[in-house]
Amino acid sequence: MIVGILEWVGSTKWSVMLLESYYAWPLLESTHVVTLAFFVGTALMMDLRLVGIAFPGVPVTAFTGRLLPWTRFAFALMVTTGLLLFYSSPLRYYNNIFFRLKIVLLMAAGLNIWLFHSRIHLKVAEWENDLRPPRAARIAGLLSIIIWTSVVFSGRFVAYNWFECDIQPQPGWVNFLAGCELVGEEAMTGP
Amino acid sequence: MPEAWYPFFEWCEGTFLGSAVRESIYAFPVIEAVHLIALCVIGGAIIVVDLRMLGFGMKDQRISELAEHVRPWLVGGLAVMLSTGVLLFLGEAVKCFYNNAFWVKMLTLPVALVFTFAVKGRLLDGLETGTRSRLLGSASLVLWVVVAAAGRWIGYS
Repeated sequence: MIVGILEWVGSTKWSVMLLESYYAWPLLESTHVVTLAFFVGTALMMDLRLVGIAFPGVPVTAFTGRLLPWTRFAFALMVTTGLLLFYSSPLRYYNNIFFRLKIVLLMAAGLNIWLFHSRIHLKVAEWENDLRPPRAARIAGLLSIIIWTSVVFSGRFVAYNWFECDIQPQPGWVNFLAGCELVGEEAMTGP
Repeated sequence: MPEAWYPFFEWCEGTFLGSAVRESIYAFPVIEAVHLIALCVIGGAIIVVDLRMLGFGMKDQRISELAEHVRPWLVGGLAVMLSTGVLLFLGEAVKCFYNNAFWVKMLTLPVALVFTFAVKGRLLDGLETGTRSRLLGSASLVLWVVVAAAGRWIGYS
């Protein structure tokens, strides 16, 4: 069902035009990359402050108050360009194991952000000037650094998918995780 | 570009490191990803200060104070960026020779570096938000965006 919908989306006029365009696609992707530096860059600066290894003397609220709107704005651009790139070739990304990993990591990042803002940040007034924020805040900052770094890695590897469904045989778990539907001979000769 | 430089690019590609990067199917993508992480660190360090110079973002801190805080991350990020960048270049030096985006990047990168450290870096003391800071901040943003975009564009040809 999902495959059918994505197949249809990928066959629409605009999707094909985008995929085959000479400038639009590279422009979209380079915007995605430049915005990445903006988004992950500002997020990392805040994470480093939360971990307690950068910006001593700058209150945490300078980041969560003044800088965060810009980080969010960059994230909105990130999602927009990302969705358009997905739209250009939906089925290919859907069956890309690194794309799937990236989506899972994005959900983990979202969960970490939600936990931070719904719990740890509520009492920020008590510790915003601490050089070394409370343990929970330091963990949230460290997790954020690890998750976003992994998102960047998996995002870059989407373009180098070594586990393309067309490349068979692959280990069973790879085909399972990538959602590859094997047909005929491939299905028989899988390892 | 001067044809006379071509042998140098060929030599680069033939170096031990160049061959090593080319021969592994994982080396190039992994180095690229590290290059991207360093891009984020540099991006963050530069944008925090440039936004502030434009009068946005962390307005309760002085421009010079923020610049002081980001310096180690900027320098560290640049070190990783340059070393991974050289490795990527060695892996495909001949392709780079014929690549316009590569030359755009090689011309704008030194300008951006000199601007950041020799121009912007020296004018920060006591700098308040104003026309001067706004000009410096926008010039810095434009320069680095061109460097980053040209870098990404090397891969499209």
